[in-house]
Amino acid sequence: MTTWIAIGVTAAGCYLVKLLGLSVPAGVLERPLVRRLSALLPVALLAALTAQQTFSDGHHLLLDARAAGLGAAALALVLRAPFLVVVAVAVVVTAGVRAL
Amino acid sequence: MHAVSEQIETGTDPAAPPTDSAVVRDALGVGVAVGLSGFAFGVTSAGAGLGLLQTCALSLLVFTGASQFALVGALAAGGSPFTAAAGAFFLGVRNAFYGLRLSGLLGLPRAVRPLAAQWVIDETSAVALAQPDRRTARLGFTVAGLTLYVLWNLTTLIGALGASALGDTDAWGLDAAGPAVFLALLAPMLSGTVERAVAGLGVLLVLLCQPVLPAGVPVLAAALAAPVVLTVHGRRARGANSGERR
Repeated sequence: MTTWIAIGVTAAGCYLVKLLGLSVPAGVLERPLVRRLSALLPVALLAALTAQQTFSDGHHLLLDARAAGLGAAALALVLRAPFLVVVAVAVVVTAGVRAL
Repeated sequence: MHAVSEQIETGTDPAAPPTDSAVVRDALGVGVAVGLSGFAFGVTSAGAGLGLLQTCALSLLVFTGASQFALVGALAAGGSPFTAAAGAFFLGVRNAFYGLRLSGLLGLPRAVRPLAAQWVIDETSAVALAQPDRRTARLGFTVAGLTLYVLWNLTTLIGALGASALGDTDAWGLDAAGPAVFLALLAPMLSGTVERAVAGLGVLLVLLCQPVLPAGVPVLAAALAAPVVLTVHGRRARGANSGERR
């Protein structure tokens, strides 16, 4: 049940912000500070989520096969690999290191 | 519309006006590449303990990948539904700003907006904003949106169904798919020193908070990196770089 609550809240919230963007007159949200903050918020969140899901398990910080997988993904990104290849590299390297 | 002239940042050649088939080809390419990673989401979500219906409902109703991965990750870690949803919501806020830029470019009639809104995400915005005029922007947005929506939901379903056949998804390394998606979305955003500082502080905050704060909260705490860095940076260079773009 709590899962459905989370799904409902997320779905409603995410849809409403999309609709808000299309509907409000330009200028309302176009202040430089608001734009700047909205561009930086995903940077902070995505960096945090990457680190969290790579280096932690519950409340423990740890270094395991995922770190190798994400390192390989980072290398693929530097080499300008397409999105799908980056994800595939992370998965394959993580599985490979675990199988060692 | 200023959006047209300032928005060529997806690497397509701005000099040559694209033909309709070129626009469709680009939009299809983006749609196929990203739509397929719905498979990784389906597997991740099932691995996080969500049911088939719940997983498919997320892709149908939320339809913004980073938020979906964040939500199932937080739920799997035992976060409360509201902290989990808050993290997913804050990631989705960026879509409002895509919508702002798109509304001028696409000029959608009022009745179409509630339908088009669901497709306002990173990839459709990138395709539409790269087009030089309203007609090709509408074409790119529609083709990319339709391709993505269909493939994302189809591959989510296949991934969720396939997860049980795969057994232990961790053995296949599929727990690395979520963070790899985040990293791939993050990489092109790290264009300047401010962005890198925000990312670095975000990582530091989440790792410091992870052992001590309840599940879901560390990511929200890390979001503070954005206003903190912006404040420090703004003090240091007040007014000097007001024209700087991200």
